[in-house]
Order: sequence, then C-alpha cells, then structure tokens
Amino acid sequence: MPEIVKGRVWKYGDNINTDVIFPGKYTYTINDPKEMAKHAMEDADSEFVQKVKPGDIIVAGKNFGCGSSREQAAICLKEAGVGAIVAKSFSRIYFRNCINIGLPMVTSTEASDHLKPGDTVTIDFKKGKITTPTDTFDFPPLPEAILGIVDAGGLIPYTRNRLGKA
Amino acid sequence: MGLTFAEKLLALKAGKSKTVPGEIVEVTPDVCMTHDNTAYIAQTFKKIGVEKVRDPSIHVVTLDHCVPAANEKFANNHREARAFAAEQGITLYDIDMGICHQVLPEMGWALPGTLVVGADSHSTTYGAYGAFGTGITRSEAAVIMATGKIWLRVPESMQIYLKGRFQAGVTSKDFMLHLAREIGVDGALYRSIEFCGPVVDEMSLASRVVMPNLAVEIGAKNGYIRADHITDTWLKGRARKDYTKVEPEPDARYTETLTFDVSELPPMVSGPHNVDAAKPAREFAGKKIQQAFLGSCCNNRLEDIAVAAQVLKGKRIHPGVRMICIPASRETLLAALKEGYVQTLIEAGAVFLNPGCGPCMGNHEGVLADGDVCISASNRNFLGRMGNPKAEIYLASPRTVAASAIAGEIVDFRDI
Ligand code: SF4
Repeated sequence: MPEIVKGRVWKYGDNINTDVIFPGKYTYTINDPKEMAKHAMEDADSEFVQKVKPGDIIVAGKNFGCGSSREQAAICLKEAGVGAIVAKSFSRIYFRNCINIGLPMVTSTEASDHLKPGDTVTIDFKKGKITTPTDTFDFPPLPEAILGIVDAGGLIPYTRNRLGKA
Repeated sequence: MGLTFAEKLLALKAGKSKTVPGEIVEVTPDVCMTHDNTAYIAQTFKKIGVEKVRDPSIHVVTLDHCVPAANEKFANNHREARAFAAEQGITLYDIDMGICHQVLPEMGWALPGTLVVGADSHSTTYGAYGAFGTGITRSEAAVIMATGKIWLRVPESMQIYLKGRFQAGVTSKDFMLHLAREIGVDGALYRSIEFCGPVVDEMSLASRVVMPNLAVEIGAKNGYIRADHITDTWLKGRARKDYTKVEPEPDARYTETLTFDVSELPPMVSGPHNVDAAKPAREFAGKKIQQAFLGSCCNNRLEDIAVAAQVLKGKRIHPGVRMICIPASRETLLAALKEGYVQTLIEAGAVFLNPGCGPCMGNHEGVLADGDVCISASNRNFLGRMGNPKAEIYLASPRTVAASAIAGEIVDFRDI
C-alpha cells in the first residue's frame, strides 16, 4: 500500500452498494481487471469512468460497499485509478476486499462530513492524517493483525510469503 | 461472564477457550462454499503457487447463479469450475441441484456448531441451522484452498427477541423488512445477530431461514438461530457427520437486545432501492407491476410455493403481469410437483423455471425492461439488481407477491 495518496474528491452518500459499483450481471463473465474498470460505478455515477484520474479519492457516507461479496467491486475502483476510499463505515466484506486487493481505505466520519467534491486531498497512511488546504483530520491505524496483509500488498502476496512461495 | 454464540464458536474453531469482540482469530472453517465464482477463485488459487487444495473435503462448489448457462461466457465459466473441482477432488453440485444456500443444508453440509464460510454474501443463511455462516471474498476462498485457514474478527453480538403472534399470513419476511426499516441497512453492521424468543422457537425451518438470510442486508456478519428439535428432525438423514451444538451461555453479554412484539405487524413491502425502504404493503397499494418473482435463496422453499399455490388456486394472474417461479432447489421442485403446486401455478399463468438464482442478480431468466416494476420474494432491491437500472424492485413475502400478481399492482393480501 502507498504511504501517501493525493487526489481529487468524488463524493457520494450512504449505503453505496456493490450492485451500483459493479453490476451483478458482469460478475461471472468479466475476469480482466481492465475490463472491470470500464464498469466502475456504472449505476451510481455514469460520469465517473470518463472523468476519474489516477489517485482520485472516493469519499462516501456510511456502509460503503454493502451488498454482494464480489471482489470486482473493489478491483474495478482500484483499476480505474482510485487512490483511496474514505467513508464513515464500510460493509464488512467490502472492507475485507479492500485489504485483500490492496485498495487503501480510511474510516472517518469527520472527513466524510467535511470533504467536498473536487477538493484536493492528501492522505498520509503512516501518520494517519487527511489534509486539505484548510483542514486536517486524524484517523486510527488498521489493527496490527491486518497490517501484515496490507504491507505485503494484499492477501495473495501475503499468503505466498507465508507459504514460502515468494 | 458467559460467551455469546459468536464468541464461543469462534473460540472453538480457533482452538481457544474464549474470545472477546474485536479480537482477530485465525480459524479453520468446516465448510467453504463457492459457486459460479469458482473459476475465478481457481485462477487466484493457482497464483498462490500451490498445486493441490489442502483439504478438498471442506470445499463445496454449487453451480447456481446462471444455470443452465445463458451464453458461451457463462458456459465456459462453468466448464472451468467443473474441471477444477474434478482435478482437485472437490464435491460439485451441477446445474440440476439449486441455489447454494438451500443445497448445502439439504445435502447436510451446514450443521449446528459448524463454521461455514461462503464466497457469497448470503452465506449468513446457514445460521438458521445453528451454524456460524458468513460471507467471505473470492481471494479468501482461494487462500482457504491453499492453507485451510482464514482470519476473522470476533464480532460484537446483539439479540433480536420476537414475542407475540403473527397475524394470519404475516411471516418472518415481513418482520425482517420491518426490522430493516427500524434499524437501517447498517443497523447491525459488523454484528452477530442472535434471533430468539417464542416466535422463533415455533417457526418452521423454512421461515427461520429468511432471518439469517436477510441479516446481511442490515450489515450483520452472521445471524444465528439456536438449533432445536425442529432443526434435528429436518437434518435427520441429511447430516454428513455427527454434530455438536454450540449455544450462547445464559450470562452472555450483548451490545443490545431488541424486543419486538410481532402481533400488530402488517404485511410489509420494501420499495426501491434499499431494503430499509420498507412500509406496510397498503402504503404501496395501487403501484402497477409488470413482473412478480417468486424465487431466490430468501423465499422459495416448499412452504413458500405452497402459500403461492393457495393464493393462486383457481385464479389467473393479471394479464399485465409476468410471474416467474423458481424453486430454491431440485428437492423443492420435486416436492412441489408431487403436491400439485406446480400445476396450480402454471394454470394460474406463472412461468416455472429450473432451480437456481434466476433473475435475482440480473444474469438471465427474467431480466427487467426499462420502466418495469417487479415485486419479488428475493432479498435485494438495489438499483440495477435484476439487470436493469431503469427498473424498480419491491421486496415482499411470497403471499404478497402472489396476491399482487393477481391484482396487477402491489396489494395488502388482506384486501383481495
Ligand atoms: S438467489 Fe440471489 S441472493 Fe441468493 S445466492 Fe442467488 S443471487 Fe444471491
């Protein structure tokens, strides 16, 4: 995972579900991450794919990623260039998907309330800080037990290391 | 202080005497289910660099999400899953068997006191049989294939206590939609829910299943119902091995206990596009529908089809409505045939399709047209869920679905 992410804010509301992030009808026929990226946020925001730039940050309300377990809902955003997701809370499977595929995420109610669409934001994961030209928001680090996975770059490389396959 | 079901079961599976909420444990699941996503998971498994699945006996593959294959892409996806299961010696239930969350219990995999993980969010369903059922990700299923293990965070637990008596025709589905409205789609976020109380004790297994199934729609990690004589009777002749029940201790600590008296609960309908957009069916009365879907892992077991048949017997569905009925499993279909329900429904104008997920997640068999309104016995009404973001999905019980199919619009079944 990168130590610092800098990008523009895309702002969404509460309960952004996996069907609007990556429609179910594609889940068994699209296996290529580049293809997945073409459908990112398809039913949530039709402009997203055209306009997203590398490093951009999704800022959402509570329960981001609720619904399906589909990994593509995290992969498609990462492949589309999203640098991080900031939300008030994440659905549990989505949280795991982010950790597993190495898509940085931050839980912060304050930042979610204050950040505005188009703001340029820097997230420093080591320091646990989100900064804008006018504000700073602190966030707690991930639990120790999970950091190992994040540091390895995701669950698959982590498992390879553990099994001595690296 | 005693342990909740989740604390006790995860301690058992981690080889510890106890666990506390927030603790992260490494556990060995008893069963790991994958479905049409198996081909993708197999590819991920190969990336780990392990040749053989560590313990093939804990893995089960059910092909159900788009069966029979809708086109060559789905067909190739199934082909890859079959080849992988055969190569690794993993049990595979092919397209004839039904939806994973019904097939696993029927075939005796989901047992009291077991940890059943599935690469599918509705794996919470197994909690209806006294198991700890929870959804995992595709990568995690691949890692379990390689190592036999997964990390889980021990959840906080809450109790949902049901008392009183349902009005005639009102069911656990109506209650769950009501619960979603009361606490919101993140109302149980990250929690383990224990459903209990006299109403749950008296419920049939088919009615119980709806509660842990929908638990994930309010954010829960798992939903649990104590296995009792009803569970034991149902599992007789099905269980693949002996089981030992795991139950919460009497002095267990819950973050919250919510008590509901269900006596006044009316039939509920959940409007687009969230499960918590629920209101009494009467408040949606008059909303024209074009499709009625009786299916999914949430609500289409024999009991549900029987209710629909009872409502539709001797009647015709509205000419403006297409009604699709998909039994949850082959076993359900066979029983429905035997009881004559299939005939009744077809005579009433319903279309019967083979067991599987059908249009529930928009792959095939009844995808909605632009502007369509569908009333569905399934569990999710997200925008685009049934394949078209220009359509609307309303969730309801099988009785409300059948009554609305006759009326051509959403109704409170007590009004027809
Ligand atoms: S019936 Fe629907 S909710 Fe159930 S497993 Fe299939 S797609 Fe998922």
